[in-house]
Amino acid sequence: MKSSVITFPGSNCDRDMDVALKKFGFKNKMVWHDDVELPKSDLVVLPGGFSYGDYLRCGSMASKSKIMKSVINFANSGGMVMGICNGFQILVETGLVPGVLLRNKYLEFICKNIFVKINDKKNTYFKNIDSEILEFHIAHNEGNYFCTNDQLKEIEDNEQVAINYCDKEGKTEEKFNPNGSIKNIAGIFNKEKNVLGMMPHPERMIDPSLSGEDGSLFFNNLINNLK
Amino acid sequence: MKISVIITLKKDVLDPQGKVIHQTLDGMGFNDINEVRQGKYFEIDTKESDPKKAKEKVEEMCNKLLANLVIENYKIIDAQ
Repeated sequence: MKSSVITFPGSNCDRDMDVALKKFGFKNKMVWHDDVELPKSDLVVLPGGFSYGDYLRCGSMASKSKIMKSVINFANSGGMVMGICNGFQILVETGLVPGVLLRNKYLEFICKNIFVKINDKKNTYFKNIDSEILEFHIAHNEGNYFCTNDQLKEIEDNEQVAINYCDKEGKTEEKFNPNGSIKNIAGIFNKEKNVLGMMPHPERMIDPSLSGEDGSLFFNNLINNLK
Repeated sequence: MKISVIITLKKDVLDPQGKVIHQTLDGMGFNDINEVRQGKYFEIDTKESDPKKAKEKVEEMCNKLLANLVIENYKIIDAQ
């Protein structure tokens, strides 16, 4: 399986993602934002970080970079595109997934482990995964998912919510919502479910001696689903 | 010519920064404030000299980059 990780000026989780993808069997290529052509890929990842210093709105500049035209075409033709953290912010700015990510409700940069409940398994990202709840890591200042009421209705009608913040038992109550996101939304799909944007970092949970293994579960499952 | 644009958050979008500014002003003794909303201001100096065309271009810029219309509104406030 071939993957590509896009590096924007200010990306800082691109290398972590490269390490994670390779660990679980992807042949990964790093792609510079100023490139025009996307290498042949089964999965394209927009990594976390602070692309363009978060100027204007997080992800807004990166969403207009040269490589993104190819990424958007790839996504629109059914290609698998995953945006993590800043990558999710870039995805919402391209319009590939609906909504926006606002400043965290309590104006704090949040850096901690959280639990998410998988809301939908009828997609290539979470199909067959042997768990309902995953422990991931979040580190963001703008992760407060927001959309209009009309968009929310559409997202829910199409079952586009991928994961919700919850506690370790899977309770998705407001008190387990770290950043104020509507309905505890931590990740969403596009309508066709080939594009996934999420705030949590699975690539930070691939080593039991350092963090946890739920990221391993995620990547292992993902590559098996792609085969 | 120079075009000035302001971008404001839509009414129903939470503005935590505005809220904190409000609280701080309140603490400083400005206690008759109902609400503070924070926005953005842009000054765009363009080679276009026809005001109508320049405004149209800036509107396009707002739609495509400067504003995110899910949460923000824009308004051209000056062209000279």
